[in-house]
Amino acid sequence: MSEIAESPSVRFKLNGDEVEAAPMPGERLSQVLREDLGARDVKIGCNAGDCGACTVLVDDLPVCACLTPAHQIAGKRVETVQGVNATDPIAAGLRARFQDHGAAQCGICTPGMMVAAIALLRETHEPTLEQVQDALGGVLCRCTGYRKIIDAVMGVPVEKGDHSGLVGDPIRRVDGEDKVGGHEVFGDDVAPAGTLEIFIIRSPHHRSRFTLGDLDAFVAENSEIEAVLTAADIQGENLFGVIPQFVDQPVFAEQETRFRGEAVAAVIGTPSAIANFDPSRFPVSWQELPASNDTATAQSDDAAQLHEGRDRNVMCGGFVARGDAAAALARADVVVEGGFNSGFVEHGYIEPEAGYAQMNGKRVEVHACTQAPVMDLEGLERILGMDRSDIRIVPTGVGGGFGSKLDLSVQPYLALGALKTGKPVRLTYSRTESMQSTTKRHPSNIIMKVGANKAGKITGFNFYGEFDTGAYASWGPTVANRVPVHASGPYNVPDYRAESKGIHTNNPPAGAFRGFGVPQSAIAQESLFDELADRLGMDALEFRILNVLENDMPTVCGQVFSQGVGIRACFEALRPAWNGTLAKVATFNAANQTLKRGVGVAGGWYGCGNTSLPNPSTIKSGLRVDGTVVLHQGAMDIGQGSNTVIAQIFAMALGVPVNTVDLIGGDTDVTPDAGKTSASRQTFVSGNAAKLSGLALRAAIASRMNVAQDAPFTINDGVVVAEDAAGRHQLDLSTLTPDAEGYVLRAEESYDPPTKPLDADGQGSPYAQFGYAAHLVEVEVDTAFGTVRAVNFVAAHDVGQAVNPKLIEGQVQGGIAQGLGMALMEEYIPGRTENLHDYLIPTVGDIPPIEAIVIEEPDLHGPFGAKGLGEHVLIPTAPAILNAIAQATGARLYQVPATPARVRAAIKALQS
Amino acid sequence: MTYHSPTDLASALDNLALTGSKVVAGGTDLYPAKEQGRGPDHFVDVSRIEGLADLEAADTEIRIGAAVTWTQIVRAELPPAFDALKQAAREVGSVQIQNAATVAGNLCNASPAADGVPPLLCLNSEVELSSASLGVRRLPLSDFILGVRRTALADDEMMTAIVIPTPPAKAHSAFEKLGSRKYMVISITMTAAVVECDDDGCILSAQVAVGACSPVAQRLPAVEQAVIGLKPEDIILTPELFASLSPISDVRGSSDFRVDVVVEQCRRAIQKAAKH
Repeated sequence: MSEIAESPSVRFKLNGDEVEAAPMPGERLSQVLREDLGARDVKIGCNAGDCGACTVLVDDLPVCACLTPAHQIAGKRVETVQGVNATDPIAAGLRARFQDHGAAQCGICTPGMMVAAIALLRETHEPTLEQVQDALGGVLCRCTGYRKIIDAVMGVPVEKGDHSGLVGDPIRRVDGEDKVGGHEVFGDDVAPAGTLEIFIIRSPHHRSRFTLGDLDAFVAENSEIEAVLTAADIQGENLFGVIPQFVDQPVFAEQETRFRGEAVAAVIGTPSAIANFDPSRFPVSWQELPASNDTATAQSDDAAQLHEGRDRNVMCGGFVARGDAAAALARADVVVEGGFNSGFVEHGYIEPEAGYAQMNGKRVEVHACTQAPVMDLEGLERILGMDRSDIRIVPTGVGGGFGSKLDLSVQPYLALGALKTGKPVRLTYSRTESMQSTTKRHPSNIIMKVGANKAGKITGFNFYGEFDTGAYASWGPTVANRVPVHASGPYNVPDYRAESKGIHTNNPPAGAFRGFGVPQSAIAQESLFDELADRLGMDALEFRILNVLENDMPTVCGQVFSQGVGIRACFEALRPAWNGTLAKVATFNAANQTLKRGVGVAGGWYGCGNTSLPNPSTIKSGLRVDGTVVLHQGAMDIGQGSNTVIAQIFAMALGVPVNTVDLIGGDTDVTPDAGKTSASRQTFVSGNAAKLSGLALRAAIASRMNVAQDAPFTINDGVVVAEDAAGRHQLDLSTLTPDAEGYVLRAEESYDPPTKPLDADGQGSPYAQFGYAAHLVEVEVDTAFGTVRAVNFVAAHDVGQAVNPKLIEGQVQGGIAQGLGMALMEEYIPGRTENLHDYLIPTVGDIPPIEAIVIEEPDLHGPFGAKGLGEHVLIPTAPAILNAIAQATGARLYQVPATPARVRAAIKALQS
Repeated sequence: MTYHSPTDLASALDNLALTGSKVVAGGTDLYPAKEQGRGPDHFVDVSRIEGLADLEAADTEIRIGAAVTWTQIVRAELPPAFDALKQAAREVGSVQIQNAATVAGNLCNASPAADGVPPLLCLNSEVELSSASLGVRRLPLSDFILGVRRTALADDEMMTAIVIPTPPAKAHSAFEKLGSRKYMVISITMTAAVVECDDDGCILSAQVAVGACSPVAQRLPAVEQAVIGLKPEDIILTPELFASLSPISDVRGSSDFRVDVVVEQCRRAIQKAAKH
C-alpha cells in the first residue's frame, strides 16, 4: 500500500479469513472489528490502552485494538479470542484450564486476557510466574484477583470438579463456556451495527447554572442528528433513586447541575454523526457556581443547600446504642482513639455501562447490563409515566458491577430515546463518563474511641462517622444505617455508641460498593484494635480472639444468635500462619535495613440481606414436556457466580444433576423478581427461594407419580422414572398438558429473611444471618520510597456451607484485590482521576498468593446452611494491610489509600 | 479527512506540510489524548516508511529509526549502556503498548514522565528531524524537548531517527522507576544512570538523568561529578545536588516527596549500574 486518501478500503486477515473494511480516517481497529466485521468478542473497556480488554494479535503480537489505526492493519493478520479458540490447540487447553480454575468471573476481560496469554504460550509452553505476569500486566481484571488466571495460564493442577453439581461441589461455572469462548453478550454487544447512538451532554462543573439554546434549530441544522432529549421529554417524573424516601436524582438536570458529569441533555444521531460530534457545538451555556466538595464545606454556614428539607446538607443518619459507652470508656484501663479518612473509590468494572433499547409496538424494551432488573423496571415506570406492563427489561451479560450497576445509568436515556425516535437506540458510556457520573464508594471521616480493661476485654466503644454521599442519595441512607450496626466488628461490645451521617456535596453520588460503608468503618475499628493490643502488651490475634462474638452473645443491636457465629473459628484458623509469619518477619527484619516486613490481621462481619427491611426473592421453575428442567434464575450473575450457585442449590433440592438444568435469565417478561444482586443476599435469599422452588417441583412430580416425596427420580426423553419402597414408577410427560409457558409441572416459591425493625437506639434484629471473615497479610515496605508490596494473604471465611468452593475462592481472591486497591492505590478525585491511568486499580503484578480457608459454621436460615459472601471478602483486607505496615515500620496510616507518598511521610514523621 | 500511509519519506513529508496533519505511528499517545468529535484532518502514518523501523548499530553510532517500537528495543542486541533503555522499555505501559509504541513517539509526546527520556539523555542522544521545508537536521535530545508537551518540531517536521554515539563497552546502566503499582503506571519519579568503572570498581564517569521531577527530564551534572572516584557502596548523595529539579505536586505524589525519593533512587541506580 502506498498512499491512501479519503476512505479507502482496507484488506487484512481476520482470524484466517480475508476481510475488507472501509474505516474512516483514523478510526480505531477495535471499532472496525466490532461494528463493521462483527467481531464483538473484542471488548472495549477504556479506549485508552489502560485496560487491555480489546487485546488482539496483529502478526502474532498482542496490541490494544483501541489504539491501533484500522488503516495500519492493511495486509496484516489479526486474531481475536474467537479466532484463536477456533484454530489453536494451545487455546483449547487454556480455555479448559480457565474453566477448571474459575479464571473467568464476569468474563469481560477474558477475551483480552486469553489473547495476551496465547501470545505468551505460543512463545513458551511452560512460562514462569514472572513471564505470565509480564504478559498479562496490560490486562486489568476487577473480579478475580488474578491468581486463578495465573494458575490457569501456568497450568497449575486443579481439581476438575467433574461432579453432578451437588451443594459443595467445586464445579465449573455453568455459564463459563460463553465467557471463555468470547460469546458472552454484554451491554454493548446487543445493538445491531448502525443503530442510532446517544451522546449525553454533561456538566463540566461541580455545580453550575445552565441554559439550553435553540434545540429545534440544532436538530434541523444537523441532518444526521435525529433528536435531542431533555427534561422536557419526560412524561413521568424526572426523578430516580433506589430508596423510596430518597428518590432525588433527575434524569436530566433542570436549570442547575449538582455535580461534574451530571446530564442535562442527550443527542441522538447516526453512528458517524455521534463519532464526529463535537460537544462544544451543542447549544448550552454554563455559569459555574460555588461548590462544596467535602463534607465540612457542605455543612458550613455559607454552603448552598443541595436538597430541600436536608438542612446543612445532612441527608440522614444512623444510630446504634447499647449499654453505656461513655461510662465504660471512663472506667477502661486503656483507651485509644483516632481519626480516619478515606476517599471515593471507583468500582472500576471493565465493562462501562451500556445497553440498547427498541420499541415493540407500544412497549419499550431495554437491554442493558444491570444488577437489578426489576428495580430498573420500577425506576423506568416512574420516569416514563408508563404502565409497567409496557416496559420490558432484558438484562445482558454484566461485565462487573460491585454495587454501582444497582442504580439506573443508561436505561432512562435508552428508553426515552427509543420512545422519542420510535427507533432502536444504543448507548455505551465512555470510561470517563462512567467514572464521572455513576456511583462511588462513600468517602469517610471517622472518629473512634475504644477502651479495654487490663484483662484485654473491650469496655466502651464510641464511633462517629460522616460519609460524603455526593449530590444525590442513591444508597447513602443504607450506608448510614449499616455502618452503626457493623462498626463494632464481630466482637462482643456491651457498651457501644455509634452514630453516622450522610452528607450531600457537589461530588458524584456515592452509592453501593461492596460492603456499604463497612470497609471504611472496619479500617478505623481494626486499626484501633491493634493499637489497643499494643498498649496492653497483647498479641494482636489473641486480643481479637479474646473479644470475639460468640453464639448466644448479643450483638451491638441486641440480636442474639444461638448458632452460626463463626468468627472465632475464622481467627483460630489464622493462628498457624500468624505465628509462622511473625517469626519469618522478625528474621527478615533483622537482616534488612531499608526493606521491612510486617504481618497484619483484621476481622469483619456482614449481615446478609437488607437491614431490617423485606427483601424477598422469587424463583420459578418448570418441567417441559420433553423432560427439560427449566430454572428461571433472576438473581443477576455479575461475575460472582449466582447462575451456578442458585442452580446447584435448586438441582440439589429437586434431585437432578445440575447440568440437566436449563437456565433462563432475569428477563422481566418471563422471570419473577429475585431481588437485587446486592448485600450478599443472592446465595442466602435467592438460594432459599431456589431451594423451595426445587422442593416444590419435586413435590409436584412426586404427587403426580404418587411416590414418596424423597423418592429418587431420573428424567429421560420426556419420561420421569422414580423408585420408592413400592417399586418403580413412570410418568410419561406427554400425557400432561403444557401451560402457556410450555410447562407440564411448575413451581414458584419466595423467601424473605426474618428480620425485625431497629428501634430508636438501633436495637432489633437487622439480619437473619451474618457471615464472618478474618484476613492475614504479610507486606514488605521499602521504607526509603514508601512503597508497599503485599507478599502473602491468608483469608478465613465462614460461609456456613460452601455451595461451590471454587467460586468461594474466586470471591475471596477478588475481594482481597479490591481491598488491596482501596488500601494502597485507589482514590477517585472528581475532575482529576477520571480515567484508568490516573485512577489506578491493581494489576496482575500487585496481587500475591492468597490462601482461602473455608470455615463452615452452618446457618439455620441459609439454604443447606449457606451464608452470603460477596461483601465480606474485602472488609478486613485494608485494615489488615494497614496493621501490617504499622508492624513493619512503626508508622500507622490513618488515611487510605496508603500511597507511597503517604507511607513515606508517616515513616519520616516517626524518624523526626 | 485523509489517512496517508506512505512507504517513502518524501511523500510523508509532503503530507505533513498539509494543515491539520498529524504523525501517527503506534497510536498509543494519539488516541488517549483524542477529544470527542475532534481529531487531525490528515493522519500521516509513518510505520511503513522504508527504513524507519530499522535499528542499526554501527561502529560510531547507533541509529533507532522513528518507527522502532519498544519491543524492538527489548529484543535488540545492544551494548550494556543500553540496559537502562531496555529496562525503561519494559516499563512503558504494557506489552500491548510496547508492541505498538515507538521510542520516537515517546520523545515527541514530551511528557515529563516519559520513561524513554532519562536513559536516552544519559546516552547523549541526538534526534534527527526531517521536513520538506528545512530538510534534515539534528538536535541534542536535551534541546529537542522544550517543556511539558512542547518540542522543537516545526509544524511540517517529523522525527526520523534517534542517533546515539556508540558508548564504551565498559559502560553499564540501570533504570529505576517508582510507581504505585507494578504494571501500567505513570512514574512518580524515574532515574537512569550510565556508569563506567575502573578495574578497582571506582567510578570513572557517570551520566545520570531524572524524569518526572521537572517539566523536562534532565541530566544531573552535580550528581555525576560527585560520584566520580567513589566505590558504589560509598556513594552519599545530598539533596543540594538536586537543586535543579522542580517537581510538581499531583495525584501521584507531592513535590517534597519526589525530591525526597529521587535522591535515594539516584543512589540505587548509580550503584546498580556500577555493580551491574
